[in-house]
Amino acid sequence: MHEAQEAAAAAVTLPDVPLLDVRDLHVEFRTRDGVAKAVNGVSYGVRAGETLAVLGESGSGKSVTAQAVMGILDSPPGHVTGGEVLFRGEDLLTMGGERRRRLRGAKLSMIFQDALSALNPVMSVGAQLAEMYSVHDGMTRKDSRAKAVQMMERVRIPAAKERAGDYPHQFSGGMRQRIMIAMALALEPDLVIADEPTTALDVTVQAQVMDLLAELQREYRMGLILITHDLGVVADVADRIAVMYAGRIVETAPVHALYAAPAHPYTAGLLGSIPRLDHKGKELHAIKGLPPSLTDIPAGCPFNPRCPRAQAICRTDRPPLFDVAPGRASACHFWKETLDDAG
Amino acid sequence: MGRYVIRRLLQMVPVFIGSTFLIFFMVYALGDPVAALFGDKAPDPATAARIRQELYLDEPLWKQYGHYMGQILSGNFGTAFNGQPVTELMADAFPVTLRLTLVAILFEIVFGITLGVLSGLRRGRSADTTVLLLTLIVVSVPTFVSGYVLQYLFGVKWGIVSPSVSPEAPFDELMLPGIVLALTSLAYVTRLSRTSIAENSRADYVRTAVAKGLPRRRVVTRHLLRNSLIPVVTFIGTDIGALMGGAIVTERIFNIHGVGFQLYQGILRQNSPTVVGFVTILVIVFLLANLLVDLLYAVLDPRIRYA
Repeated sequence: MHEAQEAAAAAVTLPDVPLLDVRDLHVEFRTRDGVAKAVNGVSYGVRAGETLAVLGESGSGKSVTAQAVMGILDSPPGHVTGGEVLFRGEDLLTMGGERRRRLRGAKLSMIFQDALSALNPVMSVGAQLAEMYSVHDGMTRKDSRAKAVQMMERVRIPAAKERAGDYPHQFSGGMRQRIMIAMALALEPDLVIADEPTTALDVTVQAQVMDLLAELQREYRMGLILITHDLGVVADVADRIAVMYAGRIVETAPVHALYAAPAHPYTAGLLGSIPRLDHKGKELHAIKGLPPSLTDIPAGCPFNPRCPRAQAICRTDRPPLFDVAPGRASACHFWKETLDDAG
Repeated sequence: MGRYVIRRLLQMVPVFIGSTFLIFFMVYALGDPVAALFGDKAPDPATAARIRQELYLDEPLWKQYGHYMGQILSGNFGTAFNGQPVTELMADAFPVTLRLTLVAILFEIVFGITLGVLSGLRRGRSADTTVLLLTLIVVSVPTFVSGYVLQYLFGVKWGIVSPSVSPEAPFDELMLPGIVLALTSLAYVTRLSRTSIAENSRADYVRTAVAKGLPRRRVVTRHLLRNSLIPVVTFIGTDIGALMGGAIVTERIFNIHGVGFQLYQGILRQNSPTVVGFVTILVIVFLLANLLVDLLYAVLDPRIRYA
């Protein structure tokens, strides 16, 4: 109740403050082999009802950023070394542990990639769902079980009442991911982070799960951060895109503008590497090379060793995020040329 | 679940027959019980032949075994050579050993799991390293050393407990022997739970539990512990069987008249009915303990239950 009032107050006095505002976040992993700089000054914001897609290869820091926001970084070796994570204007990183715990799951929650390993194998799905209500809202066992079944029906699990006593391994991949979604949305959070929610699923099931997530998001007017490496998923549901590379955001733009004309060679490379029906028979352009090791990120622009446009300046000067258009930015010295070529 | 239990029970039958036959074969066929009966003196051939016939020793081995098993199943374990029925020896020995095992298992559960969980949650820190080192020392010291040392310190030097156990073997006198008996397994339980906890605390479902905003206490008890203790429970279950029969050294040190003591006496004096009888019961205990473990496993892990 208290938090709801706070939210209302915040909404009245600070209408322009985004739901989540990540500012200059730095995360590093201190391992025996050296310090891996996983996130190097990431900033992004999400408003209520908005979907932000965070795009990038594995190791680009997209999941680590999300874990830092949720406060579930493996620590050690992971450490947040700088920045702010403002949730409705309040910094999650400096807030007390107990207060932050109460927000987790209730106000901001997370959907994990592999529901089979992310759900507790020895606890019935009904009990795992009911736990949300009994722990956060202090509901009785009976009430929380009833709510759990309701939530299972909400994500369209057939025969929810009978299946609430079943264990995760007894469900299909798609159904398990629905349970994962039900758990994340159980307390109608303001913000949901979905970390590759459909990667582990069959293509046909992917679409169903994605549609369900989008539908529930509209209904609850949640902010959604969709972490993915799948450009196809992004186009349908996202409002804005942030493309990450080597722990930095290299381009951020409204989804249609980015698809129409990327302003960063890396984004252009990603778009060029999707197989398309109308390009049948033509060459598929893969980005050459591999992402850099996070213990040894190249000087200048981290993408320069793989970039077709790289000049001398790219090897020495790290490009800041240049404003390309209202709501658009690109961390490329040659964003103008990239944009022109694409257009 | 019902079918699972029946299947497991049926599997016990061949194991029981096989292991008891092996013991029977080793004890009766490889020694001469009649000669053993007479000790150093050579028996009068006529008397020996009469005894052989009375004891069915002139029949083929499988018939002897069948006869013996028939007797056992009707509750007759035969007579020890001193004239005392074996069942009487058992009635005295098994309750004592059972109490001793109970004490030992309790120590394993309480101290082993607690230490293991605490060090597993503090993996890599000094508390963890200390516990690991201690368990290594405990595992390396044989029972007859730790037994005598603890007996001397607590029983003789400081006089805290009685150094030997009276024939009634009450629980308070069994504390020290129980610890001695439990020590090695306790160390294994500690290590096993530590590893299991440390591994599982990195598991995805634990991260989910944290992301759900559950208090740390609940994350550990409801999610982490339940999953981590499955292998530990298995180990402790099988250890019940091992402790019941393997207490020979401990029982000798503390003069406890339990199963180990009787077995030792039986072997020493070639007292075949005692040895075979006791071991047969131990086989049953071992099988039941394993059955219990399998059932417990199924209760703890639903993935097994429905397999």
